[in-house]
This record gives sequence, structure tokens and C-alpha cells, in this order.
Amino acid sequence: MRSGASDVSDQVPDQVLDEFRQGSVAAFETLFRQHQRAVYGWILRIVRDPEAAEDLTVETFWRIDRARARFQPWRGFEPWARRIATHAALDWLRTRRPASEQTALTVEDLPAAATADPVVSAEIRQKTAQAFGRLPPRLRIAAILAVVEEQPHKTVAEALGISVPAVKLRVFRALRLLRKDLEQQGITP
Amino acid sequence: MNAHDEDRIKKLLQQALPRVAEDAQPARDLWPAVLRRMDSRTAPLPWFDWALLAGLVAFAAFFPASIPVFLYYL
Repeated sequence: MRSGASDVSDQVPDQVLDEFRQGSVAAFETLFRQHQRAVYGWILRIVRDPEAAEDLTVETFWRIDRARARFQPWRGFEPWARRIATHAALDWLRTRRPASEQTALTVEDLPAAATADPVVSAEIRQKTAQAFGRLPPRLRIAAILAVVEEQPHKTVAEALGISVPAVKLRVFRALRLLRKDLEQQGITP
Repeated sequence: MNAHDEDRIKKLLQQALPRVAEDAQPARDLWPAVLRRMDSRTAPLPWFDWALLAGLVAFAAFFPASIPVFLYYL
């Protein structure tokens, strides 16, 4: 679901989308096969836990099936799926304790694309990750998508169902709270 | 927090939380799990769920003052 990629739903015939709306399981499976990887990747970026991301992908497609009557084909399947996935992930984050151990665990297991800068010590990275895990979920989700995953603000706004200025505000508040938390631990970013 | 501080904290955050790889994909086929989940929604509600609901409604009817407490804990 990288913003630069073309919308996969462009490759799905309109007939499949219509059949999906009418309740065809075969059409739903076609859509699932085309989008499961993108949905999984999007959720993984938010929850950073591969096992939870799999469960939430299942939950997302279940919600998609339940909401199929409200699907508007002209708005595209992928943005709609991304929005449902984001809300499923947000629900999951809200049920999690803001404990430090969850971030430490998942960072190790994540299929990461970036490498660590040796200038920043492992301890500081861990404390930053833990402090980030203590932020309110709605701020965390905006910051992780916009800052860590470098998704365009417009994509994040659509996924969260808010405006672009609201995304920027959430990111700013998340960074400010993170800085305050780190300063209380004696870390000056 | 000025723009310079914001950039520094952004970089620190990017160091602490690595980006997820582009080619991340589930370790297993999730379609069977989706089908099971879809089937489960049609399962009837267990009798004890109905009993619990009836009990709650009865309790709220006899003790209306408890309703705000229930709502608070929802």
C-alpha cells in the first residue's frame, strides 16, 4: 500500500467489485488474494507485530465482508480496505497495555528495511521505542505512519478518516510528548 | 518545540523503530482463517450470553442508579 504504487483495484474488473457487493464469496476471495499482502503490510507498519498483523488482517477482511453493502466501487477498494485496516489496528492498540516490553519484543522480530545508526546507542533506541509505546494510540498511529513509514499525510489522513492538518497536529503532539518523556528519563534528543 | 528539535526527534524515532520492509507478507495463507471468521458470525449466540444480558437488564430495571456505572465501565 505504498502511496507511490498504483491502486491495485484498478486491475480488478468492475464485475468482481459488483459481485463482491452482491455477496459473492468467489469475488471476495479474488479481492482478498489481490489485497491481502498490502493490507497485511499496512497493519504490520502500525502494530509492528507479525502475529498480531496476521490476526488483524483476518479481522479486517471480516469487517470488509460485513460492510460490503456500503462499499462504493468508484472510490476504490484499496483506500477503503486501508481505512478499515487502520481502524482494526487502532482498536488493537487501544486494548494493549502501554507496556515497554511489547515494543522491545516486536522490533527484534520485524522484517525491517532500515539499519541502525551506530551513533545512537541501543539503549537510547530502546528507551525511545518504549516511550513511543506509551503515547496515546491515536497519536502513535499518526506518527508511525507519517514519520517512521514516511507515508504521505494525505494517505494517512484518508486511512484515519481525518483531515491533513489534523494528521500534522497529531504528529506534532506525538513528537512533543515523546520529547517530554525522553527528557524526563534524562535523554535530550 | 522548534523545527530543528522536531527534525532531531523524528530522526531518533526513525532509528528506534525501523521501517517495515516493502515485501513483508504473512507467513501463512489467511483465507481459511477469513472463511472461519465469516462462518462464526452466523453462529447463534450461546444461551448464557442471553442469560447474562437478561440478568443485566433486570438488574438495571431494579437498580436504575447502576446504569451510569455500567456505562462508565463500557
